[in-house]
Amino acid sequence: MKIKIRETGMRFVFLFSACVSIIAVAFIIAFLLYNGIPAMSEIGFFKFLFGMTWKPSAGLYGIFPMIVGSICVTAGAIVFGVPLGLGCAAFLAFFCPAKLHRVLKPAVELLAGIPSIVYGFFGLMVIVPVMQTFFGGSGKGILTSSLLLGFMILPTVINVTESSLRAVPNHYYEGSLALGATHERSVFRVIFPAAKSGVFAGIILGIGRAVGETMAVVMVAGNQAIMPESVTSGIRTLTTNIILEMGYAAELHREALIATGVVLFVFILIINLSFSALKRKEERS
Amino acid sequence: MTGTTAYKNNKNAGSRAIRVVVWTAGMTVGLLFLLITGYILIKGIPEIKASLFERHYNSENVSMLPAILNTLEISLLTLGIAVPVGVAAAVYLCEYAKRGSRLVKLIRVTVETLQGIPSIVYGLFGYLLFVISLGWGYSMIAGVLTLVIMVLPVIIRTAEEALLAVPDSYREGSFGLGAGKVRTVFRIILPSAVPGILAGVILAVGRIAGETAALIFTAGTAGNFTGNLADSARTLSVHMYCLWNEGLYTSEAYATSVILLVMVVGMNAISNFIAKRLVNKNGK
Repeated sequence: MKIKIRETGMRFVFLFSACVSIIAVAFIIAFLLYNGIPAMSEIGFFKFLFGMTWKPSAGLYGIFPMIVGSICVTAGAIVFGVPLGLGCAAFLAFFCPAKLHRVLKPAVELLAGIPSIVYGFFGLMVIVPVMQTFFGGSGKGILTSSLLLGFMILPTVINVTESSLRAVPNHYYEGSLALGATHERSVFRVIFPAAKSGVFAGIILGIGRAVGETMAVVMVAGNQAIMPESVTSGIRTLTTNIILEMGYAAELHREALIATGVVLFVFILIINLSFSALKRKEERS
Repeated sequence: MTGTTAYKNNKNAGSRAIRVVVWTAGMTVGLLFLLITGYILIKGIPEIKASLFERHYNSENVSMLPAILNTLEISLLTLGIAVPVGVAAAVYLCEYAKRGSRLVKLIRVTVETLQGIPSIVYGLFGYLLFVISLGWGYSMIAGVLTLVIMVLPVIIRTAEEALLAVPDSYREGSFGLGAGKVRTVFRIILPSAVPGILAGVILAVGRIAGETAALIFTAGTAGNFTGNLADSARTLSVHMYCLWNEGLYTSEAYATSVILLVMVVGMNAISNFIAKRLVNKNGK
């Protein structure tokens, strides 16, 4: 009898622990919506999302420049990070001598562990001065943030891509060789297409990182809440808008910042869902 | 693949170009790692001085010792909650749940969702729930609870992998000897999964120590160590953010970044090492 109580009791403890993540997600969604939606409707949904001016002192809450900002730096991060990441993943999986692999792979894993505030500091101290010399101005802006974010998403892109490249059955590669293709042609024409959904999953995960990154971007983006004119102009993203003003905001201003968080959250949910869909597709094939 | 066979060192121009491109990509990433860590270490180590490790923080010594102590306390408390809950969740998923049941699917979706949420959104949520709604103000406990939710998916995922790596024969042996399920879990399965769980725990410590955005509006930015859960307290990462924000302390920021980098990268290296030993032991 005592054993039976213990068995069912512990079963419930385990079950409850497993449900904590469900409760957490429900709470996060509820709290963000509850605090963010009223502000959206007060400002006007359309005016909030597509308003061109963010000027809390004048009661203007348009986050379109920030949406554009987030899209710009993310696109930039893809331009810098994805080709380099895919190249490095192909290198690690098919070209790298075993001895070098033992050094390079841990280096990639440790890149993932560097805190974003340290990346930001590095960007501020190294990339910003370089940009100043080449392009003039403050050196902070889209280009600098894109470059830094491109570095930051590298480990994600590389790790996911490498493991999906390695998961392609060996006979694909052998078959390609038997047909007379070179090693290089086999890797890029046979293995990459076969690992397509895994590769895209890696890229999407990287995009999620770039969209959500805050601390590194705030240090190198310039943070002007205006529409960018060129790749060197300063910019503010959805994430940095929150961190910059949350400390002193009150009332509608504060709620507008939470609503910014809601918009960010929706972006991330869309990215996550496409990641899960791709991963499931990969597992099936 | 040894790279000496004919199909590998093909002399045609296209193959050669591709080899150059992928080698360049690989080397660039390696150099980037050296550049970032090397730059921080070379610029930062000379800036480390004794006054940075005084017991009390003030705007003159800009001591980071209180921030280090806060980081330790917040890490320990966060793990104290997140590890039992996360491991128990993993036990449910691996040992109890029916594969492919609706509940399991829902749990997996939410764990994946939690993993993708940016830290600033965690920060906002923690601020709204703990700081405002529950009225705790900027406090260590608000930061801890926010971080618990944040590292939970890391713990669940790694613990699950560790549990799956325990051979079924262990379970069968234990049941065969007449042990119940709970006894099997605590006496047989969990002890053999400890190294894998440990790797996840250390990974989580790295996350916690490197976290900034989720803590600024939950645990706040007070510079001293009180140890009291109701007090605001900054971790080392937040300390660095504050140094940047005040804009006066570049050399102190360099020194802080060295300590932070060594702490976090060290944690990750240990975690990777343990995880790799584990994989080798299981012969996978």
